[in-house]
Amino acid sequence: MADKPFIARGFHSRRAPAPPGRLPPGQYETRDFPVLSAGPTPRTPLARWDFTIRSSNGTSVRWSWDEFQALPRDTPTVDIHCVTKWSKFDTRWEGVSLDTLLAAARAKGITEEPFVTAFCDGGYTTNLALADVTGGQAWVAFGYDGAPLAPEHGGPARLLVPHLYFWKSAKWVRGLQLMERDDPGFWEQLGYHDHGDPWREQRYRGDP
Amino acid sequence: MTAVRDTAAAPRLEWRVASVVDVRDETPHTRTLLLDVPHWPGHRAGQHVDVRLVAEDGYQAQRSYSIASAPEDATVALTVERLGDGEVSPYLCDVLRTGDGLELRGPIGGYFVWDFMQRGPLFLAAGGSGIVPLMAMLRHRARASEDVRARVPVRLLYTARTWDDIIYRDELLRFEDDTGVRIAFTLTRSTPMGWHGYHRRVDSAMLQEQIWPAAEVPNAFVCGPTPFVESVANLLVELGHDAARVRTERFGPTG
Repeated sequence: MADKPFIARGFHSRRAPAPPGRLPPGQYETRDFPVLSAGPTPRTPLARWDFTIRSSNGTSVRWSWDEFQALPRDTPTVDIHCVTKWSKFDTRWEGVSLDTLLAAARAKGITEEPFVTAFCDGGYTTNLALADVTGGQAWVAFGYDGAPLAPEHGGPARLLVPHLYFWKSAKWVRGLQLMERDDPGFWEQLGYHDHGDPWREQRYRGDP
Repeated sequence: MTAVRDTAAAPRLEWRVASVVDVRDETPHTRTLLLDVPHWPGHRAGQHVDVRLVAEDGYQAQRSYSIASAPEDATVALTVERLGDGEVSPYLCDVLRTGDGLELRGPIGGYFVWDFMQRGPLFLAAGGSGIVPLMAMLRHRARASEDVRARVPVRLLYTARTWDDIIYRDELLRFEDDTGVRIAFTLTRSTPMGWHGYHRRVDSAMLQEQIWPAAEVPNAFVCGPTPFVESVANLLVELGHDAARVRTERFGPTG
């Protein structure tokens, strides 16, 4: 077990250095947009798509695709960081802020709870603290780089939580379950970190 | 997609310095590193490790590599594809040699894994170096007794550019003879003289010829470059296979 990093004999950087402060530890910059998911890409027709926020007492609010498209939208440009080590700078998205969705849920009498679990077509889930998805930090994105979000990248809509490792930005998202308690999602149950802050290199369970 | 809760105690995945006990060229573009990892906790077939390279000046690079060895094997084998514009894979393939240390942590990943607890026939689809984690599954199966092996029939569909790009070719051919693995190769570029295998990209007809009918509920593991995995996984769903039984691992450009 190594307290200090082990120096790899004869290893040197072969990459141009990233701009200071942009690349979290252990990451490298890519210009591609790699795809990672655990199973086949689900395809839900927009006519059957909806987005639901449910509270733990069973109340819920639901938007159809058209209703969702009518909500005020943002166009965030953000850096994203995948736990498999790639980072991609200045990605351009279009979507609805979770602040907007949660405010609409509040207006329908749904009270906030300290955690959320995102649920998705295909059965994927991921858990987040409410504090990580409010205050302009998270969106449900349906546009990428000026076009509709492609299915393999999570279209028609995915969560976008760019300050956490990208597995938290659940693809094919269909809703949020508000939770009294934190409940580990798909990868979080399989040994990945519960929080997933790339700047603290919280890749796997047990990382600081 | 159902995650099985990993109930094992979860201490931190510590970085360990493995020693390279042997290196083996598999194809012109791939090399296997055989590693002795101190206090290796054991792995399941299909899992990967993170490798970390730190330079004298403190610069570090990390990448993930699939484990090719069976859980039963004495050393941990990683097979690395050399990517010309990469910085980790050229180091692992060209600079690292027997006797060197290599820092890694793992094993990682609990979904793209196979063992004998999973009922049903096993269908493996590999694109290029996507064979690596599938090889761990084949080796794990080969280490079992004949009775145990017989419970899990296996078919492998493996696409490579040429005959010489087939990683583990001789061992795969031995598995075909000795452990009853049914193998179909498809070569997308040149084929050797007298080639009787497929000579095209994987398509629906080919998959239908190779996989069991959906009614026999095979477990499918698909690994390779993104376009290959997307295509194969989508075709399997179109052929009626339950998406929950199609597990995928996509190899991005991990230079």
